[in-house]
Amino acid sequence: MVVINAVEVKRQAIRDNGHIHTGKKVKDMPKKKDIGIKRNRTFAQGMRHSWQLYLLLLPAMVYLLIFHYAPLYGIQIAFRDYSPGLGFSESPFVGLKHFLYFIRSPQFVTLIRNTVSLNVLRLVFCFPFPIFLALVLNEASNAKFQKLVQNLTYAPHFISTVVLCGMIVSFTSPTTGIINTFIQAFGGKPIDFMGQESWFRPIYILSDMWKDTGWSSIIYLAALAGIDPSLHEAAQIDGASRLQRILYINIPGIASTIIILLIMEFGKMMSLGFEKVYLLQNSLNLPVSEVISTYVYKTGLLGAKFSYTTAIDVFNSMINCCLLLVVNKISSKVSETSLF
Amino acid sequence: MNKKVYGSEKTFNIMVNLILLLCGLIALYPLIFVISASVSDPTAVNSGKVTFFPVGFNIKGYKAILKSKWIVTGYRNSLFYTVAGTALNVSVTLMAGYALSRKDLYGRKFITLFMMFTMWFSGGIITTYLVVNKIGLYNKWYTLIIMGLISVYNVIITRSFISGSIPLELQEAARIDGCSDFQIFGRLILPLSKPVVAILCLYYGLGHWNSYFNALIYLKDKNLQPLQIFLREILVQNETIQMSSDALDSLIERALMAQTMKYSLIVVASLPMLIIYPFLQKFFVKGVMIGSVKG
Repeated sequence: MVVINAVEVKRQAIRDNGHIHTGKKVKDMPKKKDIGIKRNRTFAQGMRHSWQLYLLLLPAMVYLLIFHYAPLYGIQIAFRDYSPGLGFSESPFVGLKHFLYFIRSPQFVTLIRNTVSLNVLRLVFCFPFPIFLALVLNEASNAKFQKLVQNLTYAPHFISTVVLCGMIVSFTSPTTGIINTFIQAFGGKPIDFMGQESWFRPIYILSDMWKDTGWSSIIYLAALAGIDPSLHEAAQIDGASRLQRILYINIPGIASTIIILLIMEFGKMMSLGFEKVYLLQNSLNLPVSEVISTYVYKTGLLGAKFSYTTAIDVFNSMINCCLLLVVNKISSKVSETSLF
Repeated sequence: MNKKVYGSEKTFNIMVNLILLLCGLIALYPLIFVISASVSDPTAVNSGKVTFFPVGFNIKGYKAILKSKWIVTGYRNSLFYTVAGTALNVSVTLMAGYALSRKDLYGRKFITLFMMFTMWFSGGIITTYLVVNKIGLYNKWYTLIIMGLISVYNVIITRSFISGSIPLELQEAARIDGCSDFQIFGRLILPLSKPVVAILCLYYGLGHWNSYFNALIYLKDKNLQPLQIFLREILVQNETIQMSSDALDSLIERALMAQTMKYSLIVVASLPMLIIYPFLQKFFVKGVMIGSVKG
């Protein structure tokens, strides 16, 4: 096997003060420092040196070019009246027509409000729980029990969004659902959860919490594992209680991770996973469940208004980008932690 | 004094364990309920008698599912998309990840930037849809395999793993032995990359099995649809499961079975993930860790 051979040769070489005995003439062999070091090469030299690596990269690059860069080139139709016959760059230019149409449309306020409120609720309720869970998991004294709880809380992450929504529909059914069974057992009246718009947001948030709290806690656990144990030892000698050590060592220790994830959360303020909202949507909760992504899908793909919805997408991304930059700036001023 | 500290330590531990127990139960309860309900007597399920353990025993729900043509078709399609898609994803990702890990790659900075750029800026679903349509990828048996061929995030994970855990000296030694870049990749890097391959399989496989959005947009032919699309029709939109007439004796029984059948379907649909879960769980933390080292 080549690997073993190579290691053997290397050892031999070291033993012999760097003289390599492999039967080949030394000058025929590639340079020893070939792989690890970056050299200044001309274009032709670079090509000749790296062509095999380029072949390895080829499928990935072609994929990105077709499925990411071509659509990126296509966002110019936000400023044009796209017609399939003319293509991306030949369709007539109309400037900001579609943007203005969106801003003046009656759906504008509703869409923004629905999208932002779901995201704010997610931020308030779904964001802190994984941190809390990680902090508590980190304190568990019994390693086996800790492992068990970890694996139990990760499990819901593996359930598909469709199945999750199916479970929600079944559980909340006013006639056969388990939740209403409990409500009736305690003397309450059954509630038609899916039929009332006021229940859409709580259902969305609670199911999100159930599905992803455990999974999201992994990153915090990893950060907690990276805290220097000597800090804890020192604090223990100084008589700090467990709670004090959590407050003054663990939380500051993972603060930078929290802030980075928080900034990224802000960068997603205007976008929302399409799948779950679309699945939980019905005609009764539509006033609160129509968000930008579902509107874009329905009007753009089902209604074939390509330019108009691309304009919405662009508008959306711009606001996300601005939010990300602003929050990042604030964070780097206040806490000296930033994305870039 | 000592005793007091010890006492507070004890209450602290009890609190910690109680909270964890609660979290574990909340995560577990819906899953237990679904499994229990799927094997319970349909009448008990409909009347709300099943709360934790199964009441009665029946596997008619499972039998009915296996007789439904579309569910079997969807299951077969999903298995194909997952296995073929993941194999392709992992190979392409490993190849790209290895090439990027090589510091002597000519134009490495530019290529990395070219890839990372797509993580922050995307064309959105509308223009992607137009491009996919234009190149004739709409509604083909390979559509779902090619869509999402690589995730740049996973390429970065792979790059970090290879450059972090496979010593350069080993590659240099192989080079001295006369290995080409392909040979180094195939005979040295691949055998040493098992942990990252496991993580990639987990991420891509889970994505394929659970994916629903791409099928919704890019597939029209019912024979090509993955399981998740049929699940949506049955579980969320409450359409009745179509099956051959002898599967259930009467309409009344069909109505009676509806709920139990849905729960059985949830179990069957989540089965592949539940099976691989114990094998891959030791890699979760590792995967997130590698990912967070070099964002």
